[in-house]
Formats: sequence, C-alpha cells, structure tokens
Amino acid sequence: MLDIRLYMLQRISALIMAPLTLGHIAVMIYAIQGGLTTAEILGRTQGSVLWFSFYGTFVIAASVHAAIGLRVILSEMVTLPRFALSVFTWGSCLILLFMGARAVSAVTML
Amino acid sequence: MIRSHRTHTLWLAYILHRVSGLGLALFLPTHFYVLSLALTQPERLDGFLHFVEIPIVKVAEFGLVFLLAVHFFGGLRLMALEWLPWSANQKTLAAGAVAGAFLISTTFFLRAI
Amino acid sequence: MSSIPDMMDVSIWRGDGTFGQFESFKVPAQESQTILDVVAWVQQNQDPTLTYRYACRVGMCGSCAMMVNGVPRWTCRTHVKKVLVNNNLEVGPLRNLPVIKDLATDMDPFFDKWVAAEGVHHPTKTRDAPIEPILPTNAGRVEASSGIECINCSVCYAACDTVANNPDYLGPAALQRAWTVYNDSKDANKQAVLDAVSGVGGCHNCHSQGSCTVHCPNGLNPMNAIAGLKRVTAMSFFKNGK
Repeated sequence: MLDIRLYMLQRISALIMAPLTLGHIAVMIYAIQGGLTTAEILGRTQGSVLWFSFYGTFVIAASVHAAIGLRVILSEMVTLPRFALSVFTWGSCLILLFMGARAVSAVTML
Repeated sequence: MIRSHRTHTLWLAYILHRVSGLGLALFLPTHFYVLSLALTQPERLDGFLHFVEIPIVKVAEFGLVFLLAVHFFGGLRLMALEWLPWSANQKTLAAGAVAGAFLISTTFFLRAI
Repeated sequence: MSSIPDMMDVSIWRGDGTFGQFESFKVPAQESQTILDVVAWVQQNQDPTLTYRYACRVGMCGSCAMMVNGVPRWTCRTHVKKVLVNNNLEVGPLRNLPVIKDLATDMDPFFDKWVAAEGVHHPTKTRDAPIEPILPTNAGRVEASSGIECINCSVCYAACDTVANNPDYLGPAALQRAWTVYNDSKDANKQAVLDAVSGVGGCHNCHSQGSCTVHCPNGLNPMNAIAGLKRVTAMSFFKNGK
C-alpha cells in the first residue's frame, strides 16, 4: 500500500539515514572494545550539540522509515481498511519518535 | 520450504531485506528504552551494560549489527536499482551486500569479544 | 536416446478456485513432448471434461500459461524433459487469478489492470498526418523496444508475490506496458501514465523481487521497466511535487 508520497518519504528517509548508519556503525565498532559503561557513553555524548543533531536526525528518519516499512508488511499480510492502516502507521511513527526523543535527550542533554 | 517460483537470488535478497527491516523496527523500541535509562535510572543502565558482556549476548549483538549492515547495503542496492540507470549485475550486487554486512558485523564482533 | 520411463505421473488441478483437488493421471511419455501436449492427451484420452485454454501452440498468443511444478510457465513451449521431477509433473491453474474451472483462469483482472495502468496510446497527430520516422537508436525507442514483445501470458503476474499480497497492485505486465507507452515519443500524455502508476496500486509497491524477470518466457525485464517508472515518477515528484 504505497502511493508516491509514502514511497518518496520512505526513500528520502533512507537516503538521510545512509551516512548516519555508517557513522553509527563506526561508533559502535570504536566504542565496543573493552565493554561499555554509562559513564563512557555519557562522557562522549552529553552536552554535545553535534551528537544531539546526529542522533536527533537519525531518530526522526528511522521513525518515519520504520513506520512506513511496518505499514507495508502489515498491509501485505492482513487485509485492513485504509483508515486502520493510517492509524497504525501514524501510531508506530509517534511511538518511535517519542521513545527515540527520550533516548536522545537522555544521552545528550545535561 | 521456499516455494519453487521464489528460489532465485533477488527473491532471497528481498526476504533478507524484509526480515532485517522488521527485526530492526522491532528492536528500536528496546534500544531507545535502554538508552533512556541513562536519564531515569543510570544504575540500571550500567547493570544492563554489564549484562551484555555475556558471550551469548555478544553473539546476539553480532546478529543485530549484521541486520543493520545488511539492511544498509541492501537498501543502497535498491536505491541504485531504482534511481540510477539499469545495471544488469543485480545478483552480484546482492551477494556483495551480504558479504559487506558480514565483513562489518564480524569486525564488530572481533572488537567486542 | 532418452531415459524417460514409459509412463509419467501427472497431477492436474480439478475444480474451481474455492473447491478442488489434484487428480492423478498416468500419461505416456514421448520424445519432444510439451506440457500442453500432456494436458491435451489427458483431455483427449482420459477425461474429456478437463478444462484448459490454448490457441496458437507456438508461444505467440499467451493463452496457455499454467503453474508447472509450482512455477508459472507457457505450457506450449515448455518441454516435459526440462521440468519433470522424479517422473512427476504437477500442473495447476495460474496463481493470482480467479479459477474458472480446472486449468482455465479468468484473466479479466490482469487485463483490467493494463487499462488501469494507462497502457493506451494517446495520439499526437490525426490519421491524415504523415508517418513520423523514429530512429531505432533513439534512447526512448530502445527502452520501448525492450518491452514490446510481451504476449500478455500473465506468467509474470502469477510469479509476483506483491500481486498475491496486494490486490490493488497493477502487476509487472501492466506496468511494463505503461513504461513502453511512456517511452513512445509519439505519445501525447505522459503525465497521464505517470499519474496512473503513482496511486495505491502503482509501481511504488514493487519490492524488486525479480520473479517477473526470472520467469518471463520471452526473456523480458519488467523489473527494469518498473524501476524506470519509479525513477521518472520520483523526478517528477521533485520537479512538480507530484
């Protein structure tokens, strides 16, 4: 159930995430050695405008991308009215946005 | 058992992209919740980070990084297929995406253990 | 010369879309035998009530496609030797279409979608105008040429999981037709084509599984055509906001 608008949102959010994903993977590979601690994570990210905008953008793009992806999977597995699909898409997007915003603020704000 | 009309490379690439995307979407809420513990209950976050030192959890992390990397490379292939001029070597590119994802997730795993 | 045993075990779907089962037949094997020959032999020698559809028998008309061992194929040009597994054949009606009876499907939804995809010519001139020459090397003509050998057999439509999961989806053949019309320099309304393929059942639902291209009996590449439509609709979206 994708028209051109949802398709463009899906692809543009993907293109935004492409460099962010590479960065995220690089950070993971760098940070994982020797284990993770809360202090180590917060020491890197807290109070940093750069990390806030990096992960803030990531969360927005990922929420949009995941919500549309889940919508497609759901619509192809069960028959639902268009309205129910929209509620599901918006619901997933908002839940991810809310949880993502909490996570980003938790690790970047003082 | 995969039905016979599906037993070809690009269908397998499709199902890998779908399953990895679904897995990542379902993992995201957990990921966000654990990170938000830093704000509310830092000691529980440290407890969790301690828990991820268990070897079996390292293997699960390897799996997650693989899902992310394979969705990333597979997505790049699809973007190129759709928005760049047609290229006939789609099977090779799909195989390359899986190889690239293994390379990255194995690098992560070797640094993690 | 051949190692095919004398008799083959052939299962053929009997019934309509709602009720039915596979029925077994013993069919004599012959040198150079097609799936359509097998079905015809059963109808002529074992059960005259067996229903199936064919016309040209030479791979031009697109009427005889069926599921053979789970794969959609043009049965008139599929040799038994190529698809026989352990001396067994399973022949069923095409997937993703309503079954009328036995092996004959109702192809109306398939053709309705050709119309819905705006796969029709929008003329630029009247019948009195002189014929406009088109260079065979012209880029649009090359793209259009790659799709025009479609025989409307619906094999791609039956192979596509997106068609199976999304009843609105126009499907590979109709979208490839739209791409051909879009690339026709004599076509006057390309925007109508783009609008027709941008709705809820349009080209953007395609997941590039590529089963259409793998199974097309004529070696066409609908996946490429659909990717082309995605490309031009995306460009149009960036330019015109739709």
